[in-house]
Amino acid sequence: MANIKELSRREDRLEGGHRLCAGCGASIAVRQVLLGAGLTPVVAGCATGCLEVSTTIYPYSSWKVPFIHNAFENSAATVSGVESAFKGLQRAGKIPADKKMKFVAFGGDGGTYDIGLQSLSGAMERGHDMVYVCYDNGAYMNTGIQRSSATPLGAWATTAEVGKVGQGKPMRRKDLTSIMAAHHIPYVAQASISEWKDLTTKAEKAFAVKGPAFINVFAPCPRGWRIPYDKTVEIASLAVKTAFWPLFEVEDGVWKMTTKRVTSENRLPIEEFLTPQGRFKHLFKPENAELLAAVQAEVDRNFAYVQGRCGA
Amino acid sequence: MPTQKTLAVTGNVLVAEAMRQCAPDVMAAYPITPQTTIVEEFAKFVANGRVHTEYVTVESEHSAMSSCVGASAAGARVMTATSSQGLALMWEELFIAAGMRLPIVMANANRALSAPINIHCDHSDIMGARDTGWIILFAENAQEAYDNTIMAVRIAEHPDVMLPVMTTLDGFITTHSIDRAEIMDDDTVKEFVGEYVPEYALLDTDHPVSHGNFAGLGGPYFEFKRSQRNAIDRSAEVIRDVADEWTAICGRPFGMVEGWGMEDAEIAIVAIGSTAGNVRAVARELRAQGVRVGVLKVRCFRPFPFADVADALAGCKAVAVLDRAESFGAEGGPLFLEVRSALYDRTERPAIVNYIYGLGGSDVKLDLLRRVYSDLSDVADGAQVPGRLVYLGAR
Ligand SMILES: Cc1ncc(C[n+]2csc(CCOP(=O)(O)OP(=O)(O)O)c2C)c(N)n1
Repeated sequence: MANIKELSRREDRLEGGHRLCAGCGASIAVRQVLLGAGLTPVVAGCATGCLEVSTTIYPYSSWKVPFIHNAFENSAATVSGVESAFKGLQRAGKIPADKKMKFVAFGGDGGTYDIGLQSLSGAMERGHDMVYVCYDNGAYMNTGIQRSSATPLGAWATTAEVGKVGQGKPMRRKDLTSIMAAHHIPYVAQASISEWKDLTTKAEKAFAVKGPAFINVFAPCPRGWRIPYDKTVEIASLAVKTAFWPLFEVEDGVWKMTTKRVTSENRLPIEEFLTPQGRFKHLFKPENAELLAAVQAEVDRNFAYVQGRCGA
Repeated sequence: MPTQKTLAVTGNVLVAEAMRQCAPDVMAAYPITPQTTIVEEFAKFVANGRVHTEYVTVESEHSAMSSCVGASAAGARVMTATSSQGLALMWEELFIAAGMRLPIVMANANRALSAPINIHCDHSDIMGARDTGWIILFAENAQEAYDNTIMAVRIAEHPDVMLPVMTTLDGFITTHSIDRAEIMDDDTVKEFVGEYVPEYALLDTDHPVSHGNFAGLGGPYFEFKRSQRNAIDRSAEVIRDVADEWTAICGRPFGMVEGWGMEDAEIAIVAIGSTAGNVRAVARELRAQGVRVGVLKVRCFRPFPFADVADALAGCKAVAVLDRAESFGAEGGPLFLEVRSALYDRTERPAIVNYIYGLGGSDVKLDLLRRVYSDLSDVADGAQVPGRLVYLGAR
């Protein structure tokens, strides 16, 4: 795997100067993932969402690789079409048989967990040689912080309001990474923008396997989470350290934790992750003590589940 | 030397054959009655190694068109086929395919839309897609479905056009009935359609381009739409030229509209799709009795050949437009609205009646068509128009 010196010499395939907010986790995710493709040519696709609208404002584009945006729910199907074209044209002899190319589709959690789930599931099942990357910022940010099935239990969102009766999202998150693992594709991983080495290594593996790969990348949104724009990486790191976001991979069906630093014993209480974020502010009202405990219990349950799968 | 073989086959088999001969690099496949046998036939070509096509068995029609968009932007020749609910599910993607100027070719087996669910022929599905920016050709029979598919590739990929084309055939009536048709030899079709050379391919990694950019915020969205309008207007000439070229090879003529008896017709019926044949059968009977009847078939619905329609109909006394689709709340069916609009600028205009017929595959009996001509004769003689919109044969 490439060390930081080598990575620093690689071309950034997403150019700066785009219009994502300061501190946006999505562009960090994209740059780290694309570093993982090495020097092989890549075609990238992206679902409608913050990343897409901010990086491709006509006549500009931040993408130094061929790029396609189609719609919101079909980044996986679209890139599966690009990959199919590559295969068909190679079979026709119009592209040299020895030419290598990589294909990657990006989508936010709304575009992946919710509206794009069918398209993603279909593309993975069909076995396209492509990587799908979800940048999970836990809500529909582009339309103004609406809850998605990735929004954590108890989090405020503009469609999971806090008021006299409502206390944020009453449901738990969907475990998309496990759902993707259940597709029994060659490579599935969960990563965070705060752990660059872990993420770029996972991206390298995802691009290297033959067939579909999926990476779920934790990517904070300062605007939506009500955090200062210079705290993105710190908050992502706290998600890992509290075991809110376990780092693991599933290689050919074998589950493995990719960090030994976070254990049942030494992980931080979930408050460490919640307190700095405005979207969880209401959880600390005395009358919400039960809900706060439920949030911790949900993290415990999920971590135990992942540990169990990893035989840890 | 072009050589043709006479076959007795269904419309769907012929469409699949035409697709095989055009050698798409990618084909997206999802089943829906009565389109299914097209993708099934194609699966056999794939299994037998008769095509180089990457056959993508998507999980929905939305993904069918989404993957077609990706594949076409990648630089491939791309085809798919659908019908009814499938076309409706693609709706969002139809606009995107046209807006991104991707020369995708799709067959549609015309079928009613739910509710209530119904698998039989009408044009509700395709008429719902009429403003998506696709070029739309209607086939009367299996032969035309075959010819239209081959011509569609040339039209779509023409540098002056670069738009997706839908070739439609009537569900069951044309898709599933065995018909007599001529099929061209593979080499002649291959030469006729040529190779697709894309200008901005995603797979050209030495020249990276971004497709599907954001054009809001005072961007050029409006101007892009005008260029799309210009392209579909320009396509009319290309459609005619390609038809002339194909006629020179296969010997069959193709008009934007096709008239029968229109030279001196006093009353005429305008129809699209398979019904045109039924109308012609009745028209022949009436001509034998000395009635001056005509038939006008519209083969190309988008771009709509306004001048051809008006030229053909302007001399008539009374005209009936047969619509196999509703446009609920509008003055009439979709074809009626176009035909009526086409005649507006003429100083001499026939009386015009709209018949909605055959929805959900309800039978188009020849007696019903005789009744339409008889209504028209009355109108031509000065009788009241029998209500602006008639549900023909509804119980
Ligand atoms: C079919 C459809 N429904 C809704 C929308 C509106 N929409 C555009 S972006 C977006 C939110 C995207 O959220 P997410 O995928 O989480 O990405 P983010 O904006 O957070 O980066 C929504 C709801 C759309 N473009 N298309």
